[in-house]
Amino acid sequence: MLRGLAAVALLAAGCAPGDGRTLLTVDLFGEFGYERLYREYEAAHPEIRVRQRRISVLDDYAPRLRQRIATGHGAGDVVALEEGLLPAFLRRPERFVDLSAYGGRALEPYFLPWKWRMGVAADGRLVGLGTDIGPLALCYRPDLFARAGLPTARDAVARLWPTWDAYYRTGLAFERRLPGVRWLDGPTAVFRAALLQEAGRGPGFTYFDRSGRLVFASNPAVRTAFATALRFERARLTADLQVFTPSWQTALRRDRFATVPCPAWMLGGLAAFSGGRGRWDVATAPGGAGSWGGSWLAVPRQTRHPARAAALAAFLTSPHGQVAAFRARSTFPSSPQAARDPVVAGSANAFFGGAPTGRIFGAVAARVRPVYLGPRNEDVRVAVDDVLLSVGQGRLAARDAWPRAVRAAAKAAR
Amino acid sequence: MRRSTPYLLVAPFFLLFLAFGAFPLLFTLWMALHDWELGSGTRRWVGLGNFRYLATDADFWHAVVNTAGIFALSTVPQLLAALVLADLLDRRLRGAAALRVALAAPLVTATAAVALVFTQLFDSDHGLVNGLLGLVGVPPVDWQGGRLASWTALAAMVDWRWTGNNALIYLAALQAVPRELYEAAALDGASPARRFWTITVPLLRPTIVFTAVVSTVGGLQLFTEPTLFGAAGAHRMDGGAQHQFQTVTMYLFESAFGQDRYGYGAAVAWALFLLIVTFALLNALVLRRRTGGAR
Repeated sequence: MLRGLAAVALLAAGCAPGDGRTLLTVDLFGEFGYERLYREYEAAHPEIRVRQRRISVLDDYAPRLRQRIATGHGAGDVVALEEGLLPAFLRRPERFVDLSAYGGRALEPYFLPWKWRMGVAADGRLVGLGTDIGPLALCYRPDLFARAGLPTARDAVARLWPTWDAYYRTGLAFERRLPGVRWLDGPTAVFRAALLQEAGRGPGFTYFDRSGRLVFASNPAVRTAFATALRFERARLTADLQVFTPSWQTALRRDRFATVPCPAWMLGGLAAFSGGRGRWDVATAPGGAGSWGGSWLAVPRQTRHPARAAALAAFLTSPHGQVAAFRARSTFPSSPQAARDPVVAGSANAFFGGAPTGRIFGAVAARVRPVYLGPRNEDVRVAVDDVLLSVGQGRLAARDAWPRAVRAAAKAAR
Repeated sequence: MRRSTPYLLVAPFFLLFLAFGAFPLLFTLWMALHDWELGSGTRRWVGLGNFRYLATDADFWHAVVNTAGIFALSTVPQLLAALVLADLLDRRLRGAAALRVALAAPLVTATAAVALVFTQLFDSDHGLVNGLLGLVGVPPVDWQGGRLASWTALAAMVDWRWTGNNALIYLAALQAVPRELYEAAALDGASPARRFWTITVPLLRPTIVFTAVVSTVGGLQLFTEPTLFGAAGAHRMDGGAQHQFQTVTMYLFESAFGQDRYGYGAAVAWALFLLIVTFALLNALVLRRRTGGAR
């Protein structure tokens, strides 16, 4: 009883594990693969204890983090900011510790230049250190390809689709020969990948220009990418599912789709939700290099241990930390040094037919061109996703899709 | 001292009401008059701007229609079924107590569990409902994708949970009806159906209106069922790609927590509050007129 009371009192006091060590809390979503790194850090720093608070779904994580940052209470000492959340938080850099005050500037050579720059606020404050990036490949099912009379070796498969148009036409042929299996899981990844490829080649931004103005309707990159994704929906080549949702998982286990445009971080989920059957392989994606997702670690201003939290964030995002995270969860490093590490570069993924994932994703990562995302980027993306899905569900005529998307984007960006 | 005692005795209620009733209500109104974002820290006075936008926001009215549609589809059959069930239970039956417990059982199950099970039952590809429909030659229904279909599936969830509750309330009211009325009617040769419509229903009218008011308040705030019904799909709060089953509370949640537009979300909350008050007042008017005539 007394011990229970003492524990409550300690909790109320705010943290300290009672043995004089400093407790650092790390707030994360999804899978970062840091568990072993925490133990390693604690072993090297006996005065520190690390606690992780993980929320599996990003949509649940985001509002909680916003509230904690806005009120100045309750945020972890280190928090993960996903690429869709980062731009909004960068509008209030004063809520975060400037990591350059704790030697952060010296870390610049360890990151891809664009990843580094995205973590720097307009006022020059270093807010976030990059964790992973989402270089895009294409995961496919060799067994289904064989049944449809398509090649199954990953190099031959990659030659099937140098462009999104070729990928589209291969999909039409596939569905003719194997009715009942959709070509890909849903429109999100195609739209996203095509958009970032077009934007990287062209203006360098997507829905918003760098001044934050909505340019959805006038940006040729958006229009081209939308038309690309729309073709797949109109021809019913997608299963109209959203990655990792329960219905996506069911469809995955029931062999309802044959390909998935997969950023590196998706491999872990594909493996986990497949029920242990290693039937997937990885080939390069159509249309050039693209990236989807990736995060940064930041230290909220409200922390009582800014120096120690900054040191932990630097450790977790160091080349060493990124290699360990890749080994644990296949998240691809934003650090070129980590990407070159034999553990990453020489890796073969047993679940994906022994595919050299480190080499495949590494080649894409080196060619990814940075794209500016506005603070309301995610709201627009969700609204446009719904328009594409409506076409696939046969509830919206394809010719009405673009005007509807323009209206939906304007509302989401208001 | 002595004079203040009664006030002290009722004070806890008023203090709790101030903290958890009045304050949130007024603070929400204050928020609704602002552009209020947490992520960027925006907090700008916009007066009635949010409400003006709301008045012409097609998505909001779409959600209102969805909510009213699901409410109508669920409440009308629910109250009718509850009435019939109560009438059956009011007769001398074997195992009446067990049946009454069975009626209350859905009420103590978690809404989330109900929603998850029903979402599986109404799965378009592998669901039991489509399987059974297939046995009698009905082509599979896209329960998630269709507007009316999704409302029907949600109404089934709501009814499964609440019909028994209302039946028990009716049963309690029925047992207060004097038996002599039924006996006299039976002697006069009235059929069971006629006794039901000319004795049971009129005498139960106040109770019926009460359950209608309670169902209104609950039905207009429908949230858990449609949210979990949509969890299998793309984005949980949008109620399907065409927002076909997005209720007002889901729209509120999406605006405030999803899009970090707390001011607008607060305006939606107030609009919902006013909608419920209007419905409740309408019901109260009906109640007064009907019961006044009966006495």
